[in-house]
Amino acid sequence: MKVSNLLTNGLSNNTTPLLLAAPLLILAVLTSLFGSTLLVRIVTVLFINLILVLSLQIFMGNSGILSFAHVGFMGIGAYASVLFSMTPQAKAATLPDLYAFLRPIHLPFLISLLVGALIASLIAAVLSFPLMRLSDAAAVITIFAMLVIINVVLVHWSAVTNGPRTLFGVDNYTNLGNSAVFGLLTIFIAYAFKESSLGLKLRASRDDRYAASSIGIDIIRVRWLAFILSAFIAGFGGGLFAHFITSFSPYAFYLTETFSMLAMLVVGGPGGVSGAVIGTVVVTLVREGLRYIENSANINQTFPFPVVGFTEVFLATALILILILRPSGILGGREVRWNRKPVELPDEKPASSIQPKGA
Amino acid sequence: MTNLFTLDFFINALSLGSLYALIALGLVIVYGILKLVNFAYGELIMLAGYVLYLLTNGTAFPWLVVAAIAVIAAMGTSYLTELVAFRPVREKSLTAMLITSFAVSTLLQNGALLIISPRARAVELPEAFSQIVHLGGVDIPMRNILTILTSLLLLVGLSLLLKYTVLGIALRAASENFRMTRMLGVPANLIISTAFAISGILAGVVSLFWIGRTGSVTPTIGGAPLLIAFVATVIGGMRSLTGAVVGGYVYGLLFSLIGIMLPQSLLDYREAFMFLIVIIILLYRPEGLIRGGSTGERVG
Repeated sequence: MKVSNLLTNGLSNNTTPLLLAAPLLILAVLTSLFGSTLLVRIVTVLFINLILVLSLQIFMGNSGILSFAHVGFMGIGAYASVLFSMTPQAKAATLPDLYAFLRPIHLPFLISLLVGALIASLIAAVLSFPLMRLSDAAAVITIFAMLVIINVVLVHWSAVTNGPRTLFGVDNYTNLGNSAVFGLLTIFIAYAFKESSLGLKLRASRDDRYAASSIGIDIIRVRWLAFILSAFIAGFGGGLFAHFITSFSPYAFYLTETFSMLAMLVVGGPGGVSGAVIGTVVVTLVREGLRYIENSANINQTFPFPVVGFTEVFLATALILILILRPSGILGGREVRWNRKPVELPDEKPASSIQPKGA
Repeated sequence: MTNLFTLDFFINALSLGSLYALIALGLVIVYGILKLVNFAYGELIMLAGYVLYLLTNGTAFPWLVVAAIAVIAAMGTSYLTELVAFRPVREKSLTAMLITSFAVSTLLQNGALLIISPRARAVELPEAFSQIVHLGGVDIPMRNILTILTSLLLLVGLSLLLKYTVLGIALRAASENFRMTRMLGVPANLIISTAFAISGILAGVVSLFWIGRTGSVTPTIGGAPLLIAFVATVIGGMRSLTGAVVGGYVYGLLFSLIGIMLPQSLLDYREAFMFLIVIIILLYRPEGLIRGGSTGERVG
């Protein structure tokens, strides 16, 4: 946030991250004090999802480019962090073909997460550099191609990922406390990015890329930097996810998860941090609630057949309805603010309302 | 490497290419008009597969009748998704439409999971699919010849439709300049619905031959054809229907060549290689092999 912006807009403009973080902090504290095991689990998942959705918002919301690849970077972060956090014995048991130089490394949890995130962002930097000049359908297809490539490599690189099989034996380091700290921190990062000069330039390129480049914004560079930052956060979130779920396969980081992330972002509204936060809360609670019902129906055999996919059917239907009725999400790209006056500039359009169709 | 350019390699590549051309064409016919990359396209193939499964196991209809019903079902579903999901968001934004198509894809896929089963279901195939023909001293599966002939028939039929009927001419005009076409009095909804219906028919026919190769159907069977359609359309050019067909054949040939030339250890990564090719093509020749209308997709 620039000082000049602070002066012109007043402090009321910066209450957004605090207003978003405060209720979540209260939720985390209350859950850790009084919550059942199930509730603690759900709230932890909520914070992990928050990190992932915000990582997607940082790129997608500000650049207006639909990204399918972030779940891939989440996967890279998950596998990479696990390689550094597991004990040599555990690695020998679950990854017998692991390269010799990786076997003895055993780092603390937080460092492993950071290394995992760093690896994800480095890979993102290399893969995305040539793609950032593409827009529209070409961008969507190439970024989708990136997800497919990452998935194919994760599935087949058995030495490092245990191939398509489940990787197990990861220590359960992620808990409600640390996921809440990182989740809340990410709210501030995402907001600071949006309001930073880089974020502003990126949003300018989203709303009109020709006008933006005509005033000297290097669109490729700002997109690229945002992509790297968002891949770093996605990788970090992936690391947290890995140490929460403790056993996973490459298919955890593919289309189903991508759909969940996109649903969370789109339901709330991709144009703003508030939309991402609210969408994550709403969709996570609905999803976990439905999963719980689905699982207990299967365990109790309420129906004569196993119920699979009900959660996704419901979410997909809800998402289509939201897109029809409120295509820019519940919040429509606006931010939650302390004073109720519409402080948002009138020309600030949410990401999903750009490029109006001639059709 | 010795059998690189023998007749059976050629026929195999050609049949693969024909199938891929149909797959790509079904995607591009919608993309050309709506600029929508329809992620739900693969699920149409799945849906036709399940109709095939349900009717071959439950009724005594001859296979051809069942196949026709499957194709009609795919066409109807394609039309319905347009009517219910895409039409309301069409005016809003490209991103909204893309996410809608992703949601429709998830909906159909998980609907199949929920209603039928996550497990693969065997589909009965007619005799002709497993027969072998001796041609020029080599054994060629009848299936491959059928794929080539059906594709040719469909491609010829479709190009006649596009060239000589009013609807076809309107469709081609719309894919070049939709706004102008509308101004000339062509109803937008009719054109878009027709494009989705044709896309559905192609998906249905593709389904017959795709399932003809594996003999079973799963809820996720649409994923692979969708990826193939992406690669093929990007190779050939997303802006033209001819490009999609050319892209399909080129992809079929490339895929067969890579299958022969890559060492076994790298063969697992074949999909990753194909997508690398896509990325490279989009970077250096974003309009593909066949140039369509103006692109204007890149900045910088």
